[in-house]
Amino acid sequence: MIPLILKILKTRMVNEDAPATREEWRVRAATIEDKIVKMLGRALVIRHVDAGSCNGCELEIHALNNPYYNIESLGIRFAASPRHADLLLVTGPVTKAMEGALRIAYEAMPHPKLVVAVGDCGCTGGIWGESYATCGRVANVIPVDVAVPGCPPPPTAILQGILTAIATKTASTPGP
Amino acid sequence: MRIPGIPLDTRALAGAVPASLARVDREQWVEAARRVRESHGRIAAFWGADHRDLDAAFSVFAAYAVPDGLAILELPVASAWPSYPDLSGLFPAAARMQRAVYDLLGVSAEGAADSRPWLRQGAWRADEFPLRRDFDSAARREIAPDDYPFVRVEGDGVHEIAVGPIHAGTIEPGHFRFSVVGEKVLRLEERLGYTHKGADKRFEDFTIADGYRLAGRISGDSTVAYAWAYAQAAESLLGITAPARAGWLRALMLERERVANHLGDLGALGNDAALGFAFAQFMRLKEQWLRLNQEVFGHRFAMDCIVPGGVAADADDAQRAAIARQAGAIRAETLELQNVFDEHSGLQDRFITAGRVTPELASALGISGLAGRSSGQAFDLRVDFPADPYGELGVGKIVHVAGDVAYRVRARFDELYESLRLIELITSRMPAGETRSALPAPAPRAFGVGWVEGWRGEVLVALEAGEGGRIRRGHAHDPSWQTWPLLEHAVIGNIVPDFPLINKSFNLSYSGHDS
Repeated sequence: MIPLILKILKTRMVNEDAPATREEWRVRAATIEDKIVKMLGRALVIRHVDAGSCNGCELEIHALNNPYYNIESLGIRFAASPRHADLLLVTGPVTKAMEGALRIAYEAMPHPKLVVAVGDCGCTGGIWGESYATCGRVANVIPVDVAVPGCPPPPTAILQGILTAIATKTASTPGP
Repeated sequence: MRIPGIPLDTRALAGAVPASLARVDREQWVEAARRVRESHGRIAAFWGADHRDLDAAFSVFAAYAVPDGLAILELPVASAWPSYPDLSGLFPAAARMQRAVYDLLGVSAEGAADSRPWLRQGAWRADEFPLRRDFDSAARREIAPDDYPFVRVEGDGVHEIAVGPIHAGTIEPGHFRFSVVGEKVLRLEERLGYTHKGADKRFEDFTIADGYRLAGRISGDSTVAYAWAYAQAAESLLGITAPARAGWLRALMLERERVANHLGDLGALGNDAALGFAFAQFMRLKEQWLRLNQEVFGHRFAMDCIVPGGVAADADDAQRAAIARQAGAIRAETLELQNVFDEHSGLQDRFITAGRVTPELASALGISGLAGRSSGQAFDLRVDFPADPYGELGVGKIVHVAGDVAYRVRARFDELYESLRLIELITSRMPAGETRSALPAPAPRAFGVGWVEGWRGEVLVALEAGEGGRIRRGHAHDPSWQTWPLLEHAVIGNIVPDFPLINKSFNLSYSGHDS
């Protein structure tokens, strides 16, 4: 237990030695919190669906949970069920075998059913295009709010995509 | 390459991999398989091709790992009633590959015990086959999900748990059917193919020169291994070699890919055993690692950096110094974290004996790679058949025999330290010079193969050239093909809540398998 505690103490100091990254996130954190609170009045919950990705985008979505991006500190977290989710984060060209499962997940979500397509494949079908095996881009299967390009997009871009989805929604549906 | 005790008309293939190609008849096909099995060889990959426009036949290819390299056998199969003698009786790992070959090409294994569809998933009709050259890939098809006959376990108190294709976390899709009593797993049956993107068919739209981009997107966490295997196959087919410096840069990228994945897996394995500290720490280190990739190679995973003929990125003196410094820093931190792992009784209680795979089982199923080496299967292509510069680097082979989660964790630590040592060696010894050779035009029907020890195991790419520099047939094989069936055995007798941990300790690829 002592090595573990020592490591935690030591690590905190190391993180403070990376000012560029941290400053960047503080600025964003403030903006995001406002928007999320304004629109949802609570934290944003994301359900991720891999609809046929190569796993590259998944690596970068995982990275959102690392101490550098620390997405939970922004009030955003991932849920296991689409029934608990405000936003669906979809990767991959949608394969024919995943088309049905993706539709079911989308239907299971409560409104406002935000959808962010992640990666070149999700945006356009990417290198796979449309074929006997794939339906191509996510928008060919379910409505998409924001599409984040990149192969794979870095974590920062994915986060920006998520935030853009919230902002767009706020602008298009003014509160009561 | 020789298959002991059987004379074959073999042709040595050029390139970095010691490999040969032999056309055989049915008797030789059966006899060769038996001899390979008897001499403890493994099936490395199995695929088929439509050659009806060339010689009125289909062909099936079996690539065997034999003591002196890779022996590829090609069996022409008459197009009237296309079938070939089953290999799965001798090589259990061949069973799903044969089912996939039927789904994609319509050539079947005679007398195979299991002839259920594997990759098709109802996305195309049972009587049409995507890899036949007259298949219309663009035609609109109604998806008709088929009623897949899972094996039922009968008995008092037995019930099923169905999981997937969408899993609970940020994970690739697949379906697991558990038969359990209480919390004890009696049987696990996997159903995969959900991420099938038609890679083999898609290769036909690329040229030998640019197909590396597709290969690098078959399994994103192994993009370097795939791109290198593709480059080896293309260079083998073209009869060229990459400049020396390119080889060193490729090895640098491959070892950095290995370290990145091991860091991520160690964090996730700690997390799956409820040690969130491990996730935060290892993911922090992985992030630092990927950021340096971005700085040096222009991409966090070094995607598209390995190309046929060489590399499309370089590392100057300052960058190599930064890489060496980082290797030292990551080693120091990982040693601290390993100490935390070793001292943490709660963590070790979850790891030790969970998901045990005996060396006998691993050998019977023909497992190589990280999973195999954790269960006494001492195969590592970097040592056994070293492509440049591995011969000069002298890789230490990491082998354990306990084969449980604890030792698959241990293997990751050990391999990570070895990769860091290699990275330091590479940065100090890398020769100067060119990084890319010119590509000649490929001869139609030229054949080449690549075989690379990725972080998960052996990635194999086979290429056949068509007209005008195009790919006529491209096949990429992920080591997960062999290891997915092993997972079904590894969980038997374990409790359901340990499945995520056992699964993660293998961390197999869905996309690489389904491709």
